[in-house]
Amino acid sequence: MLSKKQARAFFLGGTLVTFLIFIGLTVYSLSEGADQTNHENLTAEVVRGKEIWESNNCMGCHTILGEGAYYAPELTKVVDRLNMRYDGNGEEVIKSILMSKGPWQPNGRKMVAYGMSEQEASDVVEFFKWIGKIDLNGFDRIVSPLAKDKINN
Amino acid sequence: MKYKSQKVAYWFFALSMLLLVLQITYGFIMGFARIGFDNLHDFIPFNTARAVHTNLLVVWLLSGFMGAAYYIIPEEAQKELVSVKLAYVQLISLALVGLVAIVGYHFNYWEGRKFLEIPRPLDYLVVVNVLLFLGLILTTLFKGKRQTTTALVLSMGLLFAALLYLPGMLPFDSQVTDSFFRWWVVHLWVEGVWELIMGGILSFLLIKLTGVDREVIEKWLYVIVGLTFLSGVLGTGHHYYYIGVNKIWLIVGGIFSALEPLAFLAMALFAVNMYRKGEKKHPNKLALYWTLGSAIVSFIGAGLLGFAHTLPQTNLYTHGTLVTAMHGHLAFWGAYAMIVLAIISYSLPNMTGRKLYESSRGRAAFWLANIGMIGMTVAFGVAGVAQVYLERKFGMDFMKVQKEISIHFVVLILCATLFTTGIILYIIDFYKHGKPTDEALEINE
Repeated sequence: MLSKKQARAFFLGGTLVTFLIFIGLTVYSLSEGADQTNHENLTAEVVRGKEIWESNNCMGCHTILGEGAYYAPELTKVVDRLNMRYDGNGEEVIKSILMSKGPWQPNGRKMVAYGMSEQEASDVVEFFKWIGKIDLNGFDRIVSPLAKDKINN
Repeated sequence: MKYKSQKVAYWFFALSMLLLVLQITYGFIMGFARIGFDNLHDFIPFNTARAVHTNLLVVWLLSGFMGAAYYIIPEEAQKELVSVKLAYVQLISLALVGLVAIVGYHFNYWEGRKFLEIPRPLDYLVVVNVLLFLGLILTTLFKGKRQTTTALVLSMGLLFAALLYLPGMLPFDSQVTDSFFRWWVVHLWVEGVWELIMGGILSFLLIKLTGVDREVIEKWLYVIVGLTFLSGVLGTGHHYYYIGVNKIWLIVGGIFSALEPLAFLAMALFAVNMYRKGEKKHPNKLALYWTLGSAIVSFIGAGLLGFAHTLPQTNLYTHGTLVTAMHGHLAFWGAYAMIVLAIISYSLPNMTGRKLYESSRGRAAFWLANIGMIGMTVAFGVAGVAQVYLERKFGMDFMKVQKEISIHFVVLILCATLFTTGIILYIIDFYKHGKPTDEALEINE
């Protein structure tokens, strides 16, 4: 029968080993060769776009990379999606929404009117474009209107 | 109650109750917004309500864990808390930081990172607050007459929770790495070190309520928290499947996430078996309801419903949908909310000297809250599965899908009303116990 000492050794040993493996996998997955975070294409505009994204808590309604609040659309492939819908003018549509000083209310669900400057809106679009080019192990195809048929067939 | 300083726990629990009511209020604001009644949008837009709802959950649970530690550690260490005054300073500063954060969310003052919205300057105050708390708890524990396994596991959980807060404060330019290390905090808290805290509280309650030998309970406590870490740490991988990191996480996350329910199953079996083994029939049945309920519901909510969408093949479609909200609600309720309500139900009569053990209001609170929460989980689940099929499989537009599934949010609000009724009854019971008193020292538990 298991003793208390053995149970403690199982807890401490198991924890230590799994933590070490976890750290090792973290280092591996972010190391050159295995890294697929699209880090090399980060620009100053993308970083500014991320800051705007965070400072307005856009994730409090939308999702990006599948993370967020499920109240407003997933934005991982938003540029592609709106390009399809608005004849290649997706970027302009996004900018006009972000720069709008009046309330934006698609299908009855309200979005805060952020009234961003041209530069700010453009930075956010660059952020979306950078996000859209990340290899998401297949999830990018699920949320992309360009490849929907591929994944469903 | 054996030590005067344990009374400080009461005020942490009272703060928890207040924040729980606020959390539910903001939940209703979101529920109504989803069915089209978003009249408060100009003052409380959805992203504000969401940040307040989730952050209040974290703060009221932390306040509950801290209260539990202030109650349990003196009794386990057989020593008065080293400074009651500082414990009150810590309570007030915790409440103030929480208040500033929540008010700030209404004025666009936040970081906008899911679950970690609290702005950076306030992060530093949280760190100071938690250091003060840990200082008080650990000094009491190590100056005490004994260091029990229960107290050590509880303290270890609190210490690691504080340490794991730090990766969430690292700045990253990339959304992917930002998200990657954010999960070090969020996942390793809720599916790692918080389970140590839960295990510690559960162990204390089982020792008190069942009368089973401490050595037996604590031996199994080690096994359970061991299983938790063995599966939970590498189980973090299920958050990494589709956020832009290497495919290796699909394999590692998939395997270890599948093992996570085992830890919760072990915890449920452990609690039920200890209850069956126990010869002592403690009169505080309500505390027993909440204790066993926590172990069982956490297995269903965190274990089974978590497993339902952590297989990579399933998660490919459910990632970023309401299916996550389904799992999240029952998991947090079972594992953490119920264990906090359990320790409150156990300690309140001991601190106040009023043994309201046979309260029909208390029993109604337990059943209404649980039935309401299960109903909410089902409503989220149906909405989530419908969303997955319509949006992800058939390619329907997001907003069209939201209109199709809005009926499930009517059901959600009805079930939430039932849940809230249970919580209100619980809080009335809390209030009826009155304030803690030194006279309760004499009363046999």
